[in-house]
Amino acid sequence: MNDFIAARSQMALSLAFHIVFSCIGMVMPFFMAVAHYYYLRSGKIVYRNVTKAWSRGVAIFFATGAVSGTVLSFELGLLWPAFMKHAGPIFGLPFSLEGTAFFIEAIALGFFLYGWDRFNKWFHWFTGLVVGISGLLSGILVVAANAWMNSPAGFEYAEGRYFNIDPLKAMFNDAWFSQALHMCIAAFAATGFAVAGVHAYMVLRKKNIAFHTKAFRIAAVFACAAAILQPLSGDHSAKNVAKRQPAKLAAMEAVFYTQTHSPLLIGGIPDEKSKTVKYGIEIPGMLSFMISGNSGTEVKGLDQIREADHPPVLITHLAFQLMVALGMLMFAISILYFFSLWKKRSWQEKPWLLKLFVLAIPIGFIAVEAGWTVTEVGRQPWIIYGFMRTADAVTPMPGIVYSFYLFTAVYFSLALIVCFMLYRQIKMVPVLYDIPE
Amino acid sequence: MLYVVIIYLWTALLLYLLLGGADFGAGIIELFTSDKNKDKTSNTLYRAIGPVWEANHMWLIIVIVILFTGFPEIYSTVSTYLHIPLAIMLLGIIARGTAFAFRHYDAVQDEMQKVYNKIFRYSSFITPLFLGIIAGSAVGGRIDPNASGFADAFIFSWLNLFSFSVGLFTVAICGYLAAIFIIGEARTDAGRKRYIIKARSMNIAAALAGILVFFAAGLSGIPLAKWLFGNPVGIVAITAALISLIAQWRLISKGKIIIIRVLAGFQIAMILLATTYYHYPRVIVMKGGGYLSLLEHRGDDKAITALALALLIGSLFILPALVYLMYSFQKKKPALK
Repeated sequence: MNDFIAARSQMALSLAFHIVFSCIGMVMPFFMAVAHYYYLRSGKIVYRNVTKAWSRGVAIFFATGAVSGTVLSFELGLLWPAFMKHAGPIFGLPFSLEGTAFFIEAIALGFFLYGWDRFNKWFHWFTGLVVGISGLLSGILVVAANAWMNSPAGFEYAEGRYFNIDPLKAMFNDAWFSQALHMCIAAFAATGFAVAGVHAYMVLRKKNIAFHTKAFRIAAVFACAAAILQPLSGDHSAKNVAKRQPAKLAAMEAVFYTQTHSPLLIGGIPDEKSKTVKYGIEIPGMLSFMISGNSGTEVKGLDQIREADHPPVLITHLAFQLMVALGMLMFAISILYFFSLWKKRSWQEKPWLLKLFVLAIPIGFIAVEAGWTVTEVGRQPWIIYGFMRTADAVTPMPGIVYSFYLFTAVYFSLALIVCFMLYRQIKMVPVLYDIPE
Repeated sequence: MLYVVIIYLWTALLLYLLLGGADFGAGIIELFTSDKNKDKTSNTLYRAIGPVWEANHMWLIIVIVILFTGFPEIYSTVSTYLHIPLAIMLLGIIARGTAFAFRHYDAVQDEMQKVYNKIFRYSSFITPLFLGIIAGSAVGGRIDPNASGFADAFIFSWLNLFSFSVGLFTVAICGYLAAIFIIGEARTDAGRKRYIIKARSMNIAAALAGILVFFAAGLSGIPLAKWLFGNPVGIVAITAALISLIAQWRLISKGKIIIIRVLAGFQIAMILLATTYYHYPRVIVMKGGGYLSLLEHRGDDKAITALALALLIGSLFILPALVYLMYSFQKKKPALK
């Protein structure tokens, strides 16, 4: 493994690790706010227990997310100093605002976790809500920074120099809205399905049924609402990518040759050497139609892009297919679930519905990782699309391979410990919250 | 606007040293507490810092963001030549933050607590050690942009006596800050007496570490005495720090909790002032006379303006909330005799 690949792998792993905890931190406070609200209005202790049980998990995830976020802010410089030297001032604004939002989140979390029965009960509830809002805001801001890498704006460039910087233009680049929207909805879907599935599992095991059913309901509604909205956002994002990063779209859809009436490719394994796709199903004209409303529109293929500027097609395409497949699955489950809420209440107790959610536990997060793979790998070979190549941004320090192995071991151990603690948490629910079996 | 950003940079660094430092100090104290008192001490510490620890460590992020937004050349240079100590410090931050949360939030309190405790205590020592190493290396003149080999570029930039002694000094200061802080958290007279002894020992450790720094500077050809005492601000700051120290010694056993905390914070601020004032506006002093300055090597002016505004507006929200957080969880301690 050479140093460049090691640096990319370390960054990818750090981001992949951090995003899981970020999603949970962005979303769970809203679930908690709902449960907490029900408790304050109805006085039913079960809702207080759900809020507190979720808080315990959130505290663990928050701490892990906070330290992994710190790692990323350092790794930007440790691994990509040439990038940060130029990009730092340009996209620093969303980062400084994100720092502010995250600071507020940390303070609000302090109030919320430690403030039970110490403050006015609605103030206390409000601090929980603030955790969610500032978390969501942090996520949006940091994604805006990433969006700048895909859609560079707010500067002029000549001979390796970046000047005439406009921080606001940089932050509100052409990609920020579609990326931020898609990420926020994804966070709700991923966290929602994971949490709902865990509670569904406990209901199936007949443990503390009232507790887990109520928890399940809150998570499932958020998850399914998000999963239904997400394809709309995905469509918006794809249209945006088609305009701004045709190379990325070409890789996503394995469009080797420019064509009108470009087909939508479902599945398939692209072969970059022979520029063909094996085993896929093509829907004629569909890709052109989806990006423009007209099946006659020309889609730019990789043939119109310099070979040296091609993103990796295999990984980008497969990741994209995985993300969409899982997204469609979540969409289908959500339709089923809302239908049951609307017309077939009896389904809510049926084991098959709960089992479906149990099986769906990881799929939202896998979709999130797949989606990030699409956008990051699809941007290669650029770190600043069209301006700076990733290979030119990497640290000159050799031996990054060892750093990669070390951080991999750390993340792996942390993941294990967190899972272990989550398992213990769930087991201890009846003991901690005085709930009769 | 540049000066707004520079003031925020210095202040954020100071606040990280005081608040994050006190957090690290908590673990350092636990490390140097006898086994029979370890649990009592960690419970007291947890009660004190539990609500604020996440927020305390945010100041480091603020420092990093200010650096890469406003002074990207400094950020990149440090990230390149001090990669190794930064990475080790990061590992310490990860270990410490997670161990601290895990040991409290694990639903089952069993043998795993021993694991969390060990990780928490050792990482509480290692993180400020490397923070100090990085600080010392920034101005120690061993960073060599013309280095020929790996060792010269990436190891000897930080692996030297001076940097290490600054690291040890930082550890001692953190321990001292926590010790002063915990005196006010004691719930029993016996506990309070124990913590007073702890504070005095940490103080002595800091003094010894300080002497080591001078010694190491002398051996390394670094004119530390000139840096600190060769200008009026340095002399006044160090004198003020010493006076504050003496005042703390006298007030420590008189139960003047708030005053000794303020004095301890003031003392550290004076030390930081003395050490940074001499070099200002240079923050990196390299081998062969090169340097990086906050004024000469600053980033784009528009970016700095945007940063200053973001910091100012952010502070409007953050500072009152932070003060309220700290105040809320400090109320009404049981009366001490």
